[in-house]
Amino acid sequence: MSTASPPSTYMGRRTGTSWWMLCIAFGLLALAQVGRSQDASVIAQGQYLARAGDCIACHSNPGDKPFAGGRAMITPFGTLYSPNISPDPVTGIGTWTSDQFYNMMRTGRSPSGQLIYPAMPFAAYTKVTRADDDAIFAYLKSVPPVHQQNQDQDLRFPYNNRNLLMGWRTLYFKEGEYKPDPSKSSEWNRGAYLVEGLGHCSMCHTAINALGGSSASSAYQGGLIPMQEWYAPSLTSNREAGLGEWSIEDISDLLQAGVSKRGAVYGPMAEVVYNSLQYLSDADIHAMAIYLKALPSTGETAAPTETETQDKLRLFPLGKKIYEAQCAMCHGLNGEGRGWDFPPLAGNQSIQMTSSVNPIRMVLNGGYPPGTIRNPRPYGMPPFAQQLSDEEVAAVVTYIRTAWHNHGAAIQAHDVNVLRPAPLN
Amino acid sequence: MKVDCDHSDFLRAARYVAVFVAFATFSMATGSLHAQVQSTVTAPDSIATRVQACTACHGEKGQGSGNNYFPRLAGKPAGYLFNQLVAFRDGRRKYPPMNYLLAYLPDTYLQEMADYFATQQVPFPVLPKPNVGPQVLALGKQLGLQGDAARHIPSCVACHGPSLTGVSPDIPGLLGLDSKYISAQLGASRYGTRVAATSTCMKKVVVLLSEADIAAVSAWLSSLPAPENSAPAPAGSVKLALTCESAETR
Repeated sequence: MSTASPPSTYMGRRTGTSWWMLCIAFGLLALAQVGRSQDASVIAQGQYLARAGDCIACHSNPGDKPFAGGRAMITPFGTLYSPNISPDPVTGIGTWTSDQFYNMMRTGRSPSGQLIYPAMPFAAYTKVTRADDDAIFAYLKSVPPVHQQNQDQDLRFPYNNRNLLMGWRTLYFKEGEYKPDPSKSSEWNRGAYLVEGLGHCSMCHTAINALGGSSASSAYQGGLIPMQEWYAPSLTSNREAGLGEWSIEDISDLLQAGVSKRGAVYGPMAEVVYNSLQYLSDADIHAMAIYLKALPSTGETAAPTETETQDKLRLFPLGKKIYEAQCAMCHGLNGEGRGWDFPPLAGNQSIQMTSSVNPIRMVLNGGYPPGTIRNPRPYGMPPFAQQLSDEEVAAVVTYIRTAWHNHGAAIQAHDVNVLRPAPLN
Repeated sequence: MKVDCDHSDFLRAARYVAVFVAFATFSMATGSLHAQVQSTVTAPDSIATRVQACTACHGEKGQGSGNNYFPRLAGKPAGYLFNQLVAFRDGRRKYPPMNYLLAYLPDTYLQEMADYFATQQVPFPVLPKPNVGPQVLALGKQLGLQGDAARHIPSCVACHGPSLTGVSPDIPGLLGLDSKYISAQLGASRYGTRVAATSTCMKKVVVLLSEADIAAVSAWLSSLPAPENSAPAPAGSVKLALTCESAETR
C-alpha cells in the first residue's frame, strides 16, 4: 500500500498536470477558434459593407480579378484609373494599417498624405463608422492579392495638379462620421447612414457643377451624369423619381430586385443594383426606402398644364401608330405595363421628367434591368436605334410622354440625334 | 328647414344633377380603374419574350438579319453562344450595343439564352453573291478545305467540322454568315478586340493569314450553300487540328 501509494500519487499528480496542460491547450484552441470565427464574422460583415459601398464597381474591370483596379473612368477633366485595392503588398494595399485605411476613408488622403481625387466618394465615405471601416479593411485584406501596377492618372492641366483639390475640398467636403438624428426613428437613421455614407447616392443624384462638386444645398435634386449621358433623376421631386408617392414595398423592390410595379432601374443604376443593392438585407433595404421616401419634397409637385405645342400636334399621331405596333404588346395599349415584367409607362415619372434623355436612350438603346437574386431572368427592352429614324423616335417618345394623362413635353428629332452617339459603356 | 320642406324645383333639379354627377364620376372612376386592371399586354411569359432585346436585331428565331453585323445565332453550339455572351458582358469581345445590353446579366441567364438560340431551327438565309473573282474563291476554298501546310495554316474544316456547321459544345458553325461579318470577326480576333475565353487558338491561326487570305476565305464561306443537316458535329467527333491551351477560363 505504502509503496503503491506514491506512484499512484505521482500518477495522480501527473494526470493532474496533464489535465491542466490539456485544459490550457483546449482553452487556447477554443480562444483561437473564437478569434477565428470572430475574424470570419468581421470579414463577412466587411464583405457586406464593401458591397453596400459598391467598391468593386470602380476598383475592378468586368471579368477581371476583383479589386485589382485599373478601371478607366472618363471624366470632364480627363481619364482617371482606379487603384488596386487588393492586399498585394507592392501594388495594392497589403502594407496598409487599419488606421491608414480609416484615415483615407474619412479624410480623402492616402497614407502618404496625398489628396485623393473625389471620383473616390470620400465626401460620402467620411460618414462611415470606424467599426465599419475596420470590417471593410479586414475583408479587403482577406481577398486574393493581385499583382497589378496602378496606371498613372491622365488628367488635363490644371486638373493634374492635386493641390488644386484643396479648393474643391473647401467647397464640397465636410469631414465627419454620420450623426444620428435623435428626433427620427432608428430605421430612418440606418437608412440615412447607408444612403449618405456607403451608398454614396448623392454622387449621381445631385447635380454636378462645373467644378465637379455636388452642392449640399441641392442634395438629391438630380442631374445629368457627366460623360455618361444619363440623367440621374431627382429623388426629392415627385415629378421625377421623387419617392413620396411610392409605397415602401415598391421602393424596396426597385432597389433590391431592380424592378418594381412602378418602374425598373436602367443605365448606371442597373450597375448599382447588380453589384451592390441586391446583396443588402431586407432590413437595410427597408431602412433605405424609409429614408428615401421621407426626403423632403422640392420643386412643384403639381403637374404642369399640358401644352399643345406644334411638336406634339405634329408627332403625336405618328407616335401613337409606332407605339401600337412596337410597344403595346409589352407595355399595354394604355401604358399599363405588367408588374415586374414590363414597366408601366402611364404615370411613370421616369419618362415625363423635364429631361427627356432617359426615355430617348431607352428607345434607342433598349436595355435589360440587372439580373438579381430576386429577379434573375429579367425581361429586356429591345433597342430601336437601328430601326427607327430620329423623327420616329421623337414621335414615340413624345407620345409616351404625353399620352394617358402623362405630363411630359414633346421632343424633337434633334433631341434624339444628339443622343445617338452617347457612350454605351 | 322651410326651404328644404318646400322641395322647390330648383333643389329637385340640383339633386338630380348631384346624383347624375355622382354616377358619372363613379362610372368614370370605375372606367379608369377597369382600364388599369384590364391588361392589354399580349406578350406571353416565355424565354422567347425574354430575349426580344436580342431578336430585334438577330431575327425572331436568331436567324440573323440582312444587316452584316447582326449574325445568325440559330443552331450554333450552346457552349459557343454562352462563351460569346460572357465575353460581350465582360467586355473581352467589344461591340458597345452588346456590351451594354448584357452588362448586368448573370451566367445562369446567359446560359438559358444560349440554350434557347442553340435549339432554334430555321432555314439559312440567301446571302448576296460575294463580289469577287473565281481565283479569290479558289484560294478561299483551298484554305477552307486543305489549309496551307507550308505556312502551318490548318483548314477551316479541321476544327469547324466536315460540313462547317461547327462542333459541340463550343466551336461555331461558319455557314449562313455574311462575308463582311466573317472578315470583321477574323480581323477582330487578330487585333484583340474579340477575345473569347477559348479563342486564342483561333488567334494563332488568324495571325498567319494575310489580308488577301481573310478576304478569300470569308467570300468562299459566304458562297457555300445551306447544309443538308445544320446541326453541329457531336462533341468529340472531330479530331481538332490544334487544341486551345486557354480552354480554362481566365
